[in-house]
Amino acid sequence: MNTNLNVSNSEYDELISKKAQKSPIAKNIFFAFVIGGLICMLGQFILNQMLNLGVDQEKAATITSISLIFIGAFLTSINLYSRIGRVAGAGSTIPITGFSNSVVAPAIEFKSEGYILGLGANMFKVAGPVLVFGITSSAILGLIYYIFNFIF
Amino acid sequence: MELIIEYGKVFLTGGIICTIGQILIDKTKITPARILTLFVTLGVILGFLGIYEPIYNFGKCGATVPISGFGYSLYKGTIKAIGEHGFIGIFTGGVTATAGGIAAAVIFGFLASLFAKPTIK
Repeated sequence: MNTNLNVSNSEYDELISKKAQKSPIAKNIFFAFVIGGLICMLGQFILNQMLNLGVDQEKAATITSISLIFIGAFLTSINLYSRIGRVAGAGSTIPITGFSNSVVAPAIEFKSEGYILGLGANMFKVAGPVLVFGITSSAILGLIYYIFNFIF
Repeated sequence: MELIIEYGKVFLTGGIICTIGQILIDKTKITPARILTLFVTLGVILGFLGIYEPIYNFGKCGATVPISGFGYSLYKGTIKAIGEHGFIGIFTGGVTATAGGIAAAVIFGFLASLFAKPTIK
């Protein structure tokens, strides 16, 4: 009985791995490319509108980021961003809207555990590491830049 | 026509950056959370090496909207602040340049949690 079960298990595993090999990596890449590209085009559209209105480059770039973060937050709050993510994969994770999603989704999920230890503590579960490594690496490389400029 | 080419470059650049992330997820089992951290750090390093600048000049928002562009902004903000304020810029520049995005995510996250219902499975 036990051996039978093992055999069927291994057969099952084999079947699964065969299926997994056929899993559409090409399809994943296609959707990541297209949806990632489209989100960037939306960003460019917002930026161009701001520039056309006479907003300076720096401010326009900030407004673009905030707009995309708002869109990401809104789509997350109506439970649509995760659905897009199932198709888009990295195409919706890597753009700034995905960063927004990584902040907003745990805020919504963990609110039931309280505002401070639930919402507040879990909001940066994913975005926290992004900030830690982003800020630290930019400070370290900024220091190197500073030292080189100081010496030469 | 010019506009089509511009948006084409944005689409191409953003698409390729996301594709690299997707390949890493599919081939190496790196979780999306690690991908985000990896890409932001890469953005900083490529900014430092002067490689991200030409990518930005070509792809514009295709280079700034992905999270690697967030890293690039952190680095560029640091350098700008060092130029303006000296040593203290190392501490103030990065977050200053990205403050709008970080604050927006927190504020919208907080507001969204007031209105949206959690999706408990």
